[in-house]
Amino acid sequence: MRGSEILERMADSTSEDVAVIGNTDFAAADLHNNTINTMTEEGVLKKMEISVSEAEKRTGKNAVNMQEIYTVYLIETRPVDAITEGQSTAPDSLWRRYSEFELLRNYLLVTFPYIVVPPLPEKRAEFVWHKLSADNMDPDFVERRRIGLENFLLRVASHSVLSKDKIFYLFLTQDDGWKDVVYDTGFQAKADSRLKALNATFRVKNPDKRYTELKHYSDELQSVISQLLRVRAKVADRLYGVYKVHGNYGRVFSEWSAIEREMGDGLQSAGHHMDAYAASVDDILEEEEHYADQLKEYLYYSEALRAVCRKHELIQYELEMAAQDLVSKKQQREELATGTVRTFSLKGMTSKLFGQETPEQREAKLKVLEEQIVEGEELVKTSNAECDEYVRNAWIDIDRFKEQKNQDLKEALISYAVMQISMCKKGIQVWTNAKECFSKM
Amino acid sequence: MESESSSSAASVSGSPTQTEADLSRHMLELEEDDDLEVFSKDATLTDASSFSASMPMSPASMINQYKLEEQDIKDVFITVDCPESHVTSIETFVTYRVITKTTRSEFDSSEYEVRRRYQDFLWLKGKLEEAHPTLIINPLPEKFVMKGMMERFNDGFIETRRKALQKFVNRIADHPILSFNEDFKVFLTAQAWELASRKKQGPGLLSRMGETVRAVAASVRGVQNRAEEFTAMNDYVETFGQKMGMLDKIAQRIVKEQKEYLEGMKECGPVYTLWSGSEDQLVEPLKAIAGCIDNCCKVTEEQVAGLSENQVPILHEYVLCAETLKAVLRRRDNIQAEYESKVDALANKKADKENLKEEIGRLEDKVECANNTLKVDWERWKRNMQGDVKSAFVDMADTNMNYYKKRLAIWESFLTSQKTDVHLEKDTDS
Repeated sequence: MRGSEILERMADSTSEDVAVIGNTDFAAADLHNNTINTMTEEGVLKKMEISVSEAEKRTGKNAVNMQEIYTVYLIETRPVDAITEGQSTAPDSLWRRYSEFELLRNYLLVTFPYIVVPPLPEKRAEFVWHKLSADNMDPDFVERRRIGLENFLLRVASHSVLSKDKIFYLFLTQDDGWKDVVYDTGFQAKADSRLKALNATFRVKNPDKRYTELKHYSDELQSVISQLLRVRAKVADRLYGVYKVHGNYGRVFSEWSAIEREMGDGLQSAGHHMDAYAASVDDILEEEEHYADQLKEYLYYSEALRAVCRKHELIQYELEMAAQDLVSKKQQREELATGTVRTFSLKGMTSKLFGQETPEQREAKLKVLEEQIVEGEELVKTSNAECDEYVRNAWIDIDRFKEQKNQDLKEALISYAVMQISMCKKGIQVWTNAKECFSKM
Repeated sequence: MESESSSSAASVSGSPTQTEADLSRHMLELEEDDDLEVFSKDATLTDASSFSASMPMSPASMINQYKLEEQDIKDVFITVDCPESHVTSIETFVTYRVITKTTRSEFDSSEYEVRRRYQDFLWLKGKLEEAHPTLIINPLPEKFVMKGMMERFNDGFIETRRKALQKFVNRIADHPILSFNEDFKVFLTAQAWELASRKKQGPGLLSRMGETVRAVAASVRGVQNRAEEFTAMNDYVETFGQKMGMLDKIAQRIVKEQKEYLEGMKECGPVYTLWSGSEDQLVEPLKAIAGCIDNCCKVTEEQVAGLSENQVPILHEYVLCAETLKAVLRRRDNIQAEYESKVDALANKKADKENLKEEIGRLEDKVECANNTLKVDWERWKRNMQGDVKSAFVDMADTNMNYYKKRLAIWESFLTSQKTDVHLEKDTDS
């Protein structure tokens, strides 16, 4: 299927269809166990299976012509149709590095400012506890990043709006020259400057109350999740310490058993259980790290939420500016027409000081003003429409996001409880075994 | 499991009066011996019915005595409680109430109540060691504060010390020889002024100095022909002390780390509660989690207390025990060294052979007696040690098991409260 046909398909699709990206040349393949593919919420990825299956190190020259080592991730895609037809085929694949994911996301942020765009996994390891390496090259970090990147792609692919974007499709399928295509869209020019956004935040007069509340919420969410992650990291560190010290029991029991006749066996076997106990903490904390990753996703989501609010403020502000400008122009016209000066203007003053203008000059000015007023009215109309449309679209996605967040976080809390239960069961087992050994001493 | 008597002692079930009679005969024999000043014999006590084990006995009767008691008939029960602070112009100190209940005929009454302070316990230990240099006496809790304790008089410290003191006196009461010691009886029964005057008695300063000089001389000289088994004991004690020291440190470290873990966990609940304030749909599960974490904190506190009160003190006691054992072995060595030095003297000196020979005979007895008491008491100590250590570790396992069981219940109740369809996966064998 050629690019044009794809675009046609995309244009045809209604909001019900999702991810109409498929290459029917491929035959079916084995079913992936892609959990997000089995989600039954709105926006299921129907046409294509996506996975980030591997990570590899590469070396190359960077922007300043210095050698660098970086990691690339393998993106594999396979059309779902092909699978259901009962044929098996190898997936399409290409390698991308983290910075390309960032580029994709920035593009989406600018192109769909009213969407709460899914976040990427963290750029650098934050909220680490001491055993976890903060090094980007650490295999555990890379593994968790791989999972996070896959999660990102799946979230985008299952979004009713984002999944239809051409650049996203090309990201998944076009090996060479994707970056050029993105830059060619000129999205960077459309990006709002931070200064403009900040200005708007402070100056907007009639912010939509719902958005103010939402911004407030996103701040609170960010703050509370940060706190939680910080505390959790501390606790993980200490839990690690407790478990590992028990390993010393194993060693000393073993040494001591050498001089004890009756107690020797009991000590030795108890020692083994102590070693097992000490070792078990690694798995426990790895599972906990997964919970932390789920929290982190929503920490970064809160930023995306705030971005939507900020964009709204900007649009609102521009609308207010346009309206204000129109009002002042209309006033100027009135003054010019009636000769009364109601508003102070330098021109007015100078004309008072240095003499009135000629009727011809006034005529010319009025004409210009009239044109400007017409333009201004047009601008206000479009700004208003833009604002309304933005609010409408954004609110749809915000509602969707809220649903998703509530469900995801509730699941995360439950899986945390499940994790705790598993940890307790392991603990009971170890100490039951140890007690048996001690009793035999 | 405690195997009380492994030897053929079961067949012997003599009565105290029979042995008393035997030994009182010995007492009369040895009373005149100057050399025995080393062993504190209270000259004022001539009541033959109050048996004093301060007298060294012939090895045979000693062993008989010992085997008799292997049944471990407990007839003296002591509690140490009610610590009270006393403030005088000179010092502040704590006294403990010591209540003794006994059926022994040596005691005039069946119940006694006295107040004692740490110094008194220390005095008692010293007297017992003097009287029985090669018996293994339970260590006292340390005189000075342990690392990490702020206040000498804080409740936790006093409670730990009280328990240790109670164990100390009960171990003596259970000991077949030590429990009949006269100073021990005085300790349990005498009023404060009686005890004070008793303390002033005993071998004078000069004789005690003489003993020390002799001991030093003996240890400097060193023992020549130490039997293999005592060397083995030495090696054992060396290693045992080392390992106990490590276990003590490990146990204390675990308590410390667990406390820090608890402190961290205490911060988690409030954050979840705070979070619930911003949410609508998630309020309920977030608050539930906060509740669970708070409950986990309580359970962890209980666990830490359990470890600190039960396991840690026992390990610490056995660290001190190792030192006691070393001292006992040293004293035994000294006794043998003293004997050997006289033997050498005999070989070298020409004069005074008769006296020397007599002395050597006595010292030979002394050595044999010391060796035998040590050997028997050693076995006794080992049995006690095994029992104590086993129960300390079984306790630790129990504490931890209960801890995890309670935590499990907390989180399981969370899941039920969320009315989820989560099916907990079948447990895989670890």
